[in-house]
Amino acid sequence: MTISIRNLEKVYKLGTEKGKALEVRALDGVTLDIEQNEYVAIMGTSGSGKSTLMNILGCLDKPTGGQYSLSGIPVHKMSSAALARVRNEQIGFVFQSFELLAKQTALKNVTLPMVYSRTNWIGARKRAKVALERVGLGERLTHRPNQLSGGQRQRVAVARALVNNPSILLADEPTGNLDSTTTEEIIALFQELHDAGQTIVIVTHEEEVAGQAKRIVRLRDGKVMSDFPTEEDPIHQEFLRAKAATAMRLAEEVAT
Amino acid sequence: MILLSPVMMILRVLSQTVVLALAQIYNNKIRTMLTTLGIVVAVGSIILIMGSLSGMQRGVLSEFEQFGAKRVFMDGTLPPSWRGKLNWREVQLQQEEVDAIREHVTSLDKLCAMYFGAYDIQYEEIILESVRTTGIEPSWHDIENREIMEGRRFSSIDIEQASNVCVINEKAIEELNLPKDAVGEFILLSGRRFIIVGIVETIERSAMFGGGDTQTEMYIPISTAMNLNPDGWINYAQGEMKNPDDADNVVAEISFVLRKMRGIEPDQDDTFDVQVMQNIIDDFNKIAFVMTLITGLVVLVSLIVGGIGIMNIMLVSVSERTREIGLRKAMGAHPIVILMQFLVEAVVLCLAGAAVGIAVGQLCLMGVRNMPIEMLKDAAAPFWAIALSAGLSAAAGIGFGMFPAIRASLLNPIDALRHE
Ligand SMILES: Nc1ncnc2c1ncn2[C@@H]1O[C@H](COP(=O)(O)OP(=O)(O)OP(=O)(O)O)[C@@H](O)[C@H]1O
Ligand SMILES: [Mg+2]
Repeated sequence: MTISIRNLEKVYKLGTEKGKALEVRALDGVTLDIEQNEYVAIMGTSGSGKSTLMNILGCLDKPTGGQYSLSGIPVHKMSSAALARVRNEQIGFVFQSFELLAKQTALKNVTLPMVYSRTNWIGARKRAKVALERVGLGERLTHRPNQLSGGQRQRVAVARALVNNPSILLADEPTGNLDSTTTEEIIALFQELHDAGQTIVIVTHEEEVAGQAKRIVRLRDGKVMSDFPTEEDPIHQEFLRAKAATAMRLAEEVAT
Repeated sequence: MILLSPVMMILRVLSQTVVLALAQIYNNKIRTMLTTLGIVVAVGSIILIMGSLSGMQRGVLSEFEQFGAKRVFMDGTLPPSWRGKLNWREVQLQQEEVDAIREHVTSLDKLCAMYFGAYDIQYEEIILESVRTTGIEPSWHDIENREIMEGRRFSSIDIEQASNVCVINEKAIEELNLPKDAVGEFILLSGRRFIIVGIVETIERSAMFGGGDTQTEMYIPISTAMNLNPDGWINYAQGEMKNPDDADNVVAEISFVLRKMRGIEPDQDDTFDVQVMQNIIDDFNKIAFVMTLITGLVVLVSLIVGGIGIMNIMLVSVSERTREIGLRKAMGAHPIVILMQFLVEAVVLCLAGAAVGIAVGQLCLMGVRNMPIEMLKDAAAPFWAIALSAGLSAAAGIGFGMFPAIRASLLNPIDALRHE
């Protein structure tokens, strides 16, 4: 079992008002298991706690309650120094806003996680080059982020997330800042990675993107609302039917 | 492999800290330049100011020293409490008083009364008007320590007989167009014939002691001077003590003798003044200390202003840096490794700034030393000024550089990453 969370809670305390504690329960008892090689999409309305969950899964944030174990290790009990190592060795994180170092080349950006790796820091440059070639940017090694398109930037970020061979790849709305063609590029890339055996968890608003995953988890108000394999997810099936209907109608209109 | 692993670990940590820090410095050239510029200006200007100031102090002191730390001056004064009872003429030193001091004040080595006058001097067709002519005693030669180029010094016989003899300086020979060997020549001084018995070297007096350009000097025995102008008075007497540490004793002894001779009651003020070179030096040192203090304060304020500048430059990039630290943490950097990286960066920046600042300051000081100003010839920055300025600006740079890094390294990676 790669990811196993039990009754995970995240409460943001926003101070007090009229003697009552103001708090936001961003995650309110989430229980979820994700196996190796799974490809899971997490969906939900804005503010439902998707990013909060992803940040905790990625060890970027700590839960205020519940248990989280990653590859059998209870992560919620770890010190911040130990968490740094977990992030470095086990997790690849892709952000909606890319989060590349603006002054550094694509190659340098991809090298970053290896600088802090115990095993991969030797030969990091070569590894970074291979990773960039794998995402189709072999010709853009020395470009800076502002010399790259949005899709290319996100591919650099994906390459960076993968260089240390993480056990899971986490992506929080990786296509949120991209147009439909570049979205397709990134989705194809994720598909490829999944085919190669990579465990992937992706947060998205788009049913199209979620449709590529094998499983869809829907959150609402910090709780798991539904959790189905993609072909059994009623909302997604409804979306596919509507899409097919629109396509039919369009085809008829073209025909007449 | 096992043997190598500690070496590898050190190399890895170095690549995570030192190498990244240097790359950071290189990549943020403008910030690097502005930060170091602040430190360079602060350190450089302090070295320049403090160096010039202390050089000036040393210059003045060495002039005093040249004049002689053992020197004692005394003259008559009329304090307010004596006005009406005595006039200024009555408080001037008398020859008997000078002789008594010479006799009784044992810690005093030499003593010479000085009797100023100004007379027209003529040699053949050349007439010099109002040449400063000083009536002196033979001990003058020992006190002033000026070389006799030709002829002889005054003797006690010259004084006893009030002879019409004179000692002149080389400048006077030039001015009067006397022959090179002027000893034995006669000149007219206020219409009387004086024979030149000696020629004394001309000395350069610094501007501080009324020199600047060398003057025509004429010396005659004090008794002769008194005869020439009975209405004059002993302007002052100067002496030399045996030991410069004796200053207080000498002043006390001279005061005792003079008070006794003048019959001054214990509750009455002195009608004379005794000045010791050492006291003058002490006074000057006090003034110089206050000046250093004031300048030091100004310098401190400018350092603080410079520090605020450094702080500003460092703080401008706080959000950028906080986000970067967040990203590095997200990529799995150990918090201490991140801190080390930023510490190395700040230290390197500040050390480089301080080094350049010291170099610039010293170069400017070199320029100051080469300026045609006598007093600034010894301008050199005291060590404490260099250390203080370099230390404070380094502290400012490191403090303000590290502060956001420390704060960011304590944040959750996601909070640092989302920093506004
Ligand atoms: N740092 C924070 N402090 C306080 N409240 C927060 C913080 N971060 C998130 N929240 C709150 O937690 C809830 C969940 O936020 P989260 O970012 O996880 O939502 P999301 O599902 O990712 O939404 P979106 O689709 O808009 O990205 C929201 O109500 C949000 O206001
Ligand atoms: Mg979100």
